[in-house]
Amino acid sequence: MKWDEFFVTGEPMIYAAMVSIVVVSLAIPIALTYFKKWNWLWTNWLTTVDHKKIGVMYILAALLMLFRGGVDALLMRAQTAVPDNGLLDGQHYNEIFTTHGVIMILFMAMPFIIGLMNVVIPLQIGARDVAFPRLNAVSFWLFFAGAMLFNISFVIGGSPDAGWSAYFPLASIEFSPTVGNNYYAIALQIAGIGTLLTGINFLVTILKMRAPGMTLMKMPMFTWSVLITNVIIVFAFPVLTVALALMTLDRQFGTQFFAMQSGGMDMLWANLFWVWGHPEVYIVVLPAFGIYSEIIATFARKNLYGYKSMVVSMVAISLLSFVVWAHHFYTMGHGVMVNSVFSITTMAIAVPTGVKIFNWLFTLRKGKISFTTPMLYSLAFIPIFTIGGVTGVMLAMASADYQYHNTMFLVAHFHYVLIPGTVFAVIAGFHFWFPKVFGFRLNEKLGKLAFWFIIVSFNVTFFPLFILGLNGMTRRMYTYSASTGYGALNMLSMVGAVGLAIGFIILVYNIYWSVRYSPRDTNGDPWDGRSLEWSTHSPVPEYNFAVIPQVNRLDAYWFAKKEGKPLADTVYEPIHMPNNSGLPVIMGALFFFWGFFMVFSWWIPAILSFAVIIALMAYRSFEKDHGHYISVEEIERTENAYRGEQHEN
Amino acid sequence: MKIDHTVPMEYSTEENKMKILGFWIFLGAEIALFSTLFAVYFTLQSNTKVGPSATDLFHLSPVMIETILLLTSSFTIGLGIHAMRLGLKKPMMTFFGITLLLGAGFLGVEVYEFVTYISEGATIQTSGFLSALFTLLGTHGLHVTFGLLWGGAIVAQVAKRGFTPETSNKAFIFSLYWHFLDVVWIFIFSFVYLKGLMG
Repeated sequence: MKWDEFFVTGEPMIYAAMVSIVVVSLAIPIALTYFKKWNWLWTNWLTTVDHKKIGVMYILAALLMLFRGGVDALLMRAQTAVPDNGLLDGQHYNEIFTTHGVIMILFMAMPFIIGLMNVVIPLQIGARDVAFPRLNAVSFWLFFAGAMLFNISFVIGGSPDAGWSAYFPLASIEFSPTVGNNYYAIALQIAGIGTLLTGINFLVTILKMRAPGMTLMKMPMFTWSVLITNVIIVFAFPVLTVALALMTLDRQFGTQFFAMQSGGMDMLWANLFWVWGHPEVYIVVLPAFGIYSEIIATFARKNLYGYKSMVVSMVAISLLSFVVWAHHFYTMGHGVMVNSVFSITTMAIAVPTGVKIFNWLFTLRKGKISFTTPMLYSLAFIPIFTIGGVTGVMLAMASADYQYHNTMFLVAHFHYVLIPGTVFAVIAGFHFWFPKVFGFRLNEKLGKLAFWFIIVSFNVTFFPLFILGLNGMTRRMYTYSASTGYGALNMLSMVGAVGLAIGFIILVYNIYWSVRYSPRDTNGDPWDGRSLEWSTHSPVPEYNFAVIPQVNRLDAYWFAKKEGKPLADTVYEPIHMPNNSGLPVIMGALFFFWGFFMVFSWWIPAILSFAVIIALMAYRSFEKDHGHYISVEEIERTENAYRGEQHEN
Repeated sequence: MKIDHTVPMEYSTEENKMKILGFWIFLGAEIALFSTLFAVYFTLQSNTKVGPSATDLFHLSPVMIETILLLTSSFTIGLGIHAMRLGLKKPMMTFFGITLLLGAGFLGVEVYEFVTYISEGATIQTSGFLSALFTLLGTHGLHVTFGLLWGGAIVAQVAKRGFTPETSNKAFIFSLYWHFLDVVWIFIFSFVYLKGLMG
């Protein structure tokens, strides 16, 4: 590593980014000191083990990353908007589409989903926290360390430039000699370990901590989707761990896993990557299905149609998700037999997915539908996702795929599944559960304005890409000549991208507006909800439920409201809660430094920081921490305060 | 904290039960991890290029010693857990101590093996086969190394605090981990070494 290569130089946009990073990283501590908020930040957020706060931090980080990835997207659209554009050079364009993909999938979609899981799951199953609250904090800080490490690659050392799938030999040290792909391997490794821990944590939470009477088949659909998702996480993420470790070994330790000349195999990377990568798609889409199921049932005022078939189809999707990975590289020559098998398994996924689509439609049938913002996203999801699904079946046909492979048609397809499938879902879930966490709803008018901007602009952005793809425009192409005739549709797509950006800005403005002006909720159940999270106060007290509710059927809270019978009596007992801890955030910081040193192959500092990590783990092992109890008097005080507020209003 | 005296102490609280289930799920993830490493090894095992092949490299005796050491350690940790359930602190600590010593012995032979391979010109950088071999064995070896540190911490805690729901839970979970490493080794012994020796 030469020192003049340490900082990325020579690009005005990069200098601007450096200046803004320096300004922000100076502004935050100065503001914290000026407003005397250090202590508040440390005790309320950095050391928290409360699942609700951890969820909020995940979602905040995801929103930040949404804008980082969104700026990448805008730059790409701007670059390709006109033929022979010189806004970005080829290298810069490569870096931008790589970071856009990685950030949107791993540092936006994943944390947004995990954030919603954190906020909702314990409430929905009637629990007071997750199974391992401190491990949960560790998961968050590992994710955050990975995300920050990935982001500084932009200005220090250079970003990865081999695509989000980082295929070998392109990603090897020979063809990608900068530290960019080291960042990729290490940052994803750190965040991935965090995700694996989340998977274990939520599996145990859902299996062991449900309210009395809530059997598996009485769980809300979102809880079911999260349970299945976490099974996928536990079995898919170790494959990523291995793949990334082998990448690090090949790039930094001279091993021969993916180098053909010494007995390695470049296709081994593609296989390992997609054995994780395809289940990953379902990790972000299954919870989304759960969110839609909750929202559609709530706002159609009906119970979810086909509950059992919903569960069975999600299990089927989770199993099939592990046997379709080779459809990502039909054209790489693994023969007719293999292609046929993977074609069939891929098309088979359309069956359980179709079952779910029809279940939602039948839930809507004869329902008293109220068109709230979360419901609008859910309704828009169904047709748009179906376009994505149908084009997916087109791509699934191996022989036809030779025509579509690596064209903009594919790009349009996966944006048509991932954006309605995941992004609309997390936005819908965000609007839906926001009042539970903060005690007031987001403004509906602004919410709907943002919705229409996003929904129309989404189609304007991505539908032209289908046509461009069929016309032969390949993906990852940084420019093209006017004679290709791609110009007009690309310009249209650029217009859509600007519209999307405006939509997301309105969405964020809505948060600001609602914090200031939105009327506060009084009963904790603003949507007339069905599951347990609506049975407690908003914002949710630290202990979630003063008394754990008793459940006897699906949607028990809905029926309790109808019958006027409370789910829990009011005899309080002392509540055991976990203590806050500073170790998780320190652990995250140490992993960040370890990762940074690893990226630059600075072995001695890397070994030292790893030794400190091990020492902290040992410290944790010897630490005595049995949590604390909230006394009956304190619970009464809190509960009365909530009731008092209601009387005042 | 409610303690249930009808079950062994390591299962006696809700928290303990959750920790054991969580660890079993973690072992599920570990199975996925080692399966991937085995898959990589099987894919690359015949790609020896200029370097030595498995038949050239492997010798039965050190591997046999490693196997006996590790399998015995799995037996002794079982005895340790048995002693713990009987409430016998000293025998438990003795058996755990023997387990860790056997683990250290295993590690010593493995290091000796690695040094021998490297002195014969077979390094992790030589060929696809050797990269996969060293990575698979190394990952297992690192797990054993971590186990020695972890097991040592648990023995120290039992010595200091005796058997509590917390320490017995930790000791039991550690024993699951140790047995798991043994299972992985059996696969390495059978499908890497024996298969390699047969050529």
